[in-house]
Amino acid sequence: MTTTSAISPTTTPRADGGALRAAGRALADLRPILSTLRRHRIAAGLIVLEVALTCAIVTNALHLIQTRIEALNADSGLAESELIVLNLRDSKPTQRERTAGIVAEDMTRLRALPGVKAATSANQIVYGNNSNNSGVTLEPDSKGLRIVASQYAADDQLLPAYGLKLLEGRNFAPDEVLDSFQVFSVAEPRIPQVIINKAMADKLFPGRSPLGQTIYVFGNAPSTVIGVVQTLTHPQLHRARSEGGAAMIFPLRGGGSYVLRVDPAQRDAQIKAATVALEEHDKSRVVTQARPLTEMRAAFYAQDRAMAWLMGGVCVALLLVTAMGIVGLASFWVQQRTRMIGTRRALGATEGQILRYFQFENLLLTTTGIVIGLGGAMALSQLLMQSYALPRLPWIYLPAGALALWLLGQIAVWVPARRAARLAPVAALRS
Amino acid sequence: MFLHYLELAWRNTLAAKGLSALMVLALALGIGACMTTLTVYHVLSGDPIPHKSTRLFNVQLDASDMVGWRAGDEPTFDLTRFDATALLRDKKAMRQSMSSGFNTAVSLADAQTKPVFSSTRYTTADFFAMFDAPWQHGGGWSAADDEAEARVAVISSSLNEKLFGGANSVGREIIVRGQPLRVVGVLKPWHVKPHYWDLTLGSYIETEDFFLPFSTAMAMKMGHWGNTDCWARGAAGGSSYDLNASCAWVQYWVEFAKPEDAAAYRDYLVAYSEAQRKAGRFERPTNVRLRNVMDWLGAQKVLPADVRLQTWLAFGFLAVCIVNMVGLLLAKTLRRSGEIGVRRALGATRADIFKQFVVEAGLLGLAGALLGLLFAQGGLWLVRQSPNDYARLAELDASMLALTLGLALLASLIAGLLPAWRAALVTPAVQLKVQ
Repeated sequence: MTTTSAISPTTTPRADGGALRAAGRALADLRPILSTLRRHRIAAGLIVLEVALTCAIVTNALHLIQTRIEALNADSGLAESELIVLNLRDSKPTQRERTAGIVAEDMTRLRALPGVKAATSANQIVYGNNSNNSGVTLEPDSKGLRIVASQYAADDQLLPAYGLKLLEGRNFAPDEVLDSFQVFSVAEPRIPQVIINKAMADKLFPGRSPLGQTIYVFGNAPSTVIGVVQTLTHPQLHRARSEGGAAMIFPLRGGGSYVLRVDPAQRDAQIKAATVALEEHDKSRVVTQARPLTEMRAAFYAQDRAMAWLMGGVCVALLLVTAMGIVGLASFWVQQRTRMIGTRRALGATEGQILRYFQFENLLLTTTGIVIGLGGAMALSQLLMQSYALPRLPWIYLPAGALALWLLGQIAVWVPARRAARLAPVAALRS
Repeated sequence: MFLHYLELAWRNTLAAKGLSALMVLALALGIGACMTTLTVYHVLSGDPIPHKSTRLFNVQLDASDMVGWRAGDEPTFDLTRFDATALLRDKKAMRQSMSSGFNTAVSLADAQTKPVFSSTRYTTADFFAMFDAPWQHGGGWSAADDEAEARVAVISSSLNEKLFGGANSVGREIIVRGQPLRVVGVLKPWHVKPHYWDLTLGSYIETEDFFLPFSTAMAMKMGHWGNTDCWARGAAGGSSYDLNASCAWVQYWVEFAKPEDAAAYRDYLVAYSEAQRKAGRFERPTNVRLRNVMDWLGAQKVLPADVRLQTWLAFGFLAVCIVNMVGLLLAKTLRRSGEIGVRRALGATRADIFKQFVVEAGLLGLAGALLGLLFAQGGLWLVRQSPNDYARLAELDASMLALTLGLALLASLIAGLLPAWRAALVTPAVQLKVQ
């Protein structure tokens, strides 16, 4: 391309010629720029250092923000907007053998409320502060392949209430739901049926249907898999990711939170109605907590959200400070070189050439800073991976960070560079 | 002379208003961010009981079975009730206590007062002396009370406020799970951060409102809030809280007269573990832990990782701000080469020039510190608005205030050294010729 345009400039398309000329001029500027920068080594070095630090920090901070946002948007697989969760306490002690009966009565009462699509009593729910986990094996007495699974205990209404989709098999029948207290009052608890989630099915029974297979959770008594649900996560979503996300449901009626599925628009009214229904029946009972699941989700992720905001704030502040530094030093340089600018203008240099001179100078400085900064970004990412178990910085952040700093540099240098270009040659020479 | 420099600095700062404002603002932002995160770090990583944290130790034994065992793992988090009771009976330390957490309704015999659901700790006699409980009225219970399943209770100042309107309630009766207990002690407001004796319900939760003897709680069939880790046959058909259940859920702490006594106690724990292994109760290789308060908090990673990350981020930011300030100061200094040349020609030494510019940087640092302090207050206010359970602890104290001022001055002096040195290098003749 270079040779073509040199031999017959008239046949070269205009755009190419323009770009080429600009590049040529920039190259011609290179030598004076380099010699100036050599004389202002310290100031130039400071700009490079500042850009490098900013680049290293901002790329990693943006990556951290991204991982937080991913966590915030994780899907629990539940009909979140339709769920309300109630916790009930009794100021009198209840005998444990009576719990299942009371829960069954409460369920009847809650399901009878108009607008309640489904209701269940479950030992745990996502975003709650309860979490039950058990070791699961394929052979009796904890032998053979062993995994740890999140253990749900609820009645046959858990699936419709949580909004879970059955992939295979069936739900529990009402008469398969057992009294939790009775089950655990013997040394060898027997629970004949269990529903597992897909993650657990894939782990324990890869390549075959889990239906009809048996698993061992409580010593020697087997439980037969009767169904597989698509999504059912660990109550603490991040643990679902780090621990593989196996979960299972046992058909047990015992104490726990009451979960109601209602029309999203009716949630507040339904909370009131359910609270009244539960408290009226027995005055010694108090609904200590009643809130929509979306509210629990917001509270659960509050820390992540705060962290993302903080990181974002620091990124903006960093970029601003860096821009301030570039403006400050470039202004100083313009002032220092007033005489040189005047001479060049007097010798026929256009405003555009002066402008581009400073822009090109800035490009050189920021590019050096960015190259060092990208190395720093990768080193910092390595450090974060080791100390905080964070994922590696994806490569896309590197060009993105570089582009951002190039733009920042060009915008920051625009103001002083334009002032330089606008200098009247005579005035510049006179000063 | 210093005053003269100060006056010069002030005049020069005013002369380059825009540039000076930029520098002060950037420095203040960096200082503000650093102090906000450092304060949170400082508050959360503090020693909850400074004068005896080296003498208070948490005890762990590995009582679990071999399922899932891996060499080098931490022992079971809590103790079984069986082991805790055995260690307590042996009384090998100066003081010792076993305890666990719960939440229960506390009410009065009259029907008017609404029951108050209160965070509960059932424990043994030494607990209050070990953890330095501050008494408002009365005191704790005795070992004999533990033995006798005595119906006694200690309540917090806020529960005393709710139930008795703040009056001295020692000797009064409260109703818990339908049974009467006699108040023997009322605590002063007591906020222990972190909640180090039991971290299973959150590291920064409020100190409990209601205390009663462990034996009494068991007799009243109280449940338990927090970790319960069962293995083998677990509760074996009974309750997880039975004496012989294979479940760990009890926190056990000991206090020694001096930190060196820990070695002998560790030997005792090893011997106990070995004996249990011989008896067939323990299956795992002997693996005991005896950690003092700060080691315990470190091992349990009580300080949120985010807080440490934030602090590093803020210091990175401060570094950029300092580099920025060096650059701007340098520009500002060299812009005044002519003035420096004249002063040098009139007899000022290099040292004079150097001092003058350092004072100028210091002045900017002071301004940055004051504005940074303001930013830090704003930042901490923001932190307190976030819903973490530790957020409300974020307050600037005197030591952090001093650190802020120190850090800002140090940062600005570091930033000022290079430009001041460059200024001192200006040669009078060249500058005058250029003029």
